[in-house]
Amino acid sequence: MLLKRKPILKLKELFIERLLFLFSFLSVFTTLGIIIILLFESFEFFKEVSILKFLTDTQWTPLFINKHFGILPLLCGTFLTTLIAICVALPVGLVSAVYLSEYASLKLRAIVKPIMEILAAIPTVVYGYFALLFVTPLLKKIIPSLSGFNALSSGIVMGIMIIPLISSLSEDAMRSVPMSLREGAYAVGSNRLQVSFRVVFPGALSGIISSIVLAISRAIGETMIVAIAAGQQPKLTLNPFVPIETITAYIVQVSLGDTPYGTLEYRTIFACGMTLFVITFILNTFSFKLKRHFLEAYE
Amino acid sequence: MVENIQKPIFKIQNLSAFYGAKEVLRKININILSNSVTAIIGPSGCGKSTFVRSLNRINDLILNFRVQGKIFYHNKNIYDKDVDVVELRRKVGMVFQKPNPFPKSIYENIAYGLKIHNFIKKEMIDEIVEKSLKKAALWDEVKDNLKQNALSLSGGQQQRLCIARALAIEPEVILLDEPCSAIDPISTAKIEELIYELKKNYTIIIVTHNMQQAARVSDYTAFFLSGELIEFGKTEEVFKAPKDRRTEDYITGRFG
Ligand SMILES: Nc1ncnc2c1ncn2[C@@H]1O[C@H](COP(=O)(O)OP(=O)(O)OP(=O)(O)O)[C@@H](O)[C@H]1O
Ligand SMILES: [Mg+2]
Repeated sequence: MLLKRKPILKLKELFIERLLFLFSFLSVFTTLGIIIILLFESFEFFKEVSILKFLTDTQWTPLFINKHFGILPLLCGTFLTTLIAICVALPVGLVSAVYLSEYASLKLRAIVKPIMEILAAIPTVVYGYFALLFVTPLLKKIIPSLSGFNALSSGIVMGIMIIPLISSLSEDAMRSVPMSLREGAYAVGSNRLQVSFRVVFPGALSGIISSIVLAISRAIGETMIVAIAAGQQPKLTLNPFVPIETITAYIVQVSLGDTPYGTLEYRTIFACGMTLFVITFILNTFSFKLKRHFLEAYE
Repeated sequence: MVENIQKPIFKIQNLSAFYGAKEVLRKININILSNSVTAIIGPSGCGKSTFVRSLNRINDLILNFRVQGKIFYHNKNIYDKDVDVVELRRKVGMVFQKPNPFPKSIYENIAYGLKIHNFIKKEMIDEIVEKSLKKAALWDEVKDNLKQNALSLSGGQQQRLCIARALAIEPEVILLDEPCSAIDPISTAKIEELIYELKKNYTIIIVTHNMQQAARVSDYTAFFLSGELIEFGKTEEVFKAPKDRRTEDYITGRFG
């Protein structure tokens, strides 16, 4: 008698459960929708431009009279800015993660962490103009041949932007390394540096790697900074001092222009989007595999 | 055992310890003799771990921890400002309650303590790894899998690996904080045997909740109760003829 549930309660529970399900799948449906549109439009695109051409042509001039649809220059631009960003963010991010996790006092960490997180909350358009109007002129004093638009300053600023991503997530990973491991290391006569780099760091490697991959994905997908400060000239070059164009910057350029709906030029957006999607997908799979590898080894 | 060759290796004078404002050890006075096994017994929360963790200053890692009084190790107060804590910990090794091998290979676990301190040849390391594993009675079980991850070992094997890790850097003293509480009876028996062996060359301080274990392995027994040292003496005497009523009650299982 006591144990019997009131039917109305059962209904309510069912309703709540359905509602929760709906909400949690909203994002899944959205993603699916995006992928379908991407696939459809790029399919239309590749009907007119062969994939081989797309992947091997060294020019990207869809908006010119003499049209070329080679993704390589854009890919190269993305690669270059991302590489510069990672070169900035990786050392700074990891060192500050080690410092915050293993050296800083509770008080200092309580101050520094929120500030770091604010860095991540600044709108990227601000970073873009920071790169264009501050970093580029500054760099020009050292490198006179630097163009007004270039990969270098946007890469550096992008690196600054993703530092908190790496430092914050890596710090979390390092702090979750059990205290008992540190004790074990100290008990055989390690100093703090040795404990940090030989025990805690490797112990947190899987988390650190995923923070780095996340940061790379973020750099690849970053749009505003490169659209503003890197120029809009698709060029197959690794020279960081000249204007280039990334995949994302190209998408912005076309979206903002007056390309008519349904044309081949318009569909390049989706081919580019698809390329980005594939890259991020590969990266995530790679990170997932690596993570599993380290989880097996360390837990 | 010849009594008179034993000198106190630790002289502990008026040791009090605090976590924040909470006093968990009160004016402990005790001498630990070299090449002996001293068992620390007492009910949960009486300060046994705090006591042994003060001896190699591993409790320095705990932010609000503080001690008063003196702990002389070879006539040097280890809480003096000019003490090299790293050196102290290499002389006073420790094995913890829960096995805590590094998430590295068996070999690396033992080589770690050697590599961080001085440059020694690979062959030397190999030799010491083997010697330590043999001393810890683990060699036969792992000799073909030294590259295997230490975390794939059983709990008892992991604990013996931790003992081997402590032995590899040739300490004088080994602190064991309930080394058998997280492992099965067979591994426990192995570790007790090991302690018996190690006694010849090391000074051992072992915290245990197991009265039989204390009686079996130790030469001296210290009984702690709520942060105070109630009784300390030869193990036989403490167990057969305790001077204090509270010791007797605890040993016979009447409280705690
Ligand atoms: N990090 C800490 N911060 C604050 N109080 C602590 C801390 N560690 C231990 N204590 C307190 O100090 C007292 C002694 O603890 P300790 O761990 O030394 O006891 P123990 O005798 O080893 O107990 P057990 O047999 O359960 O291991 C306990 O009251 C405990 O709550
Ligand atoms: Mg304890």
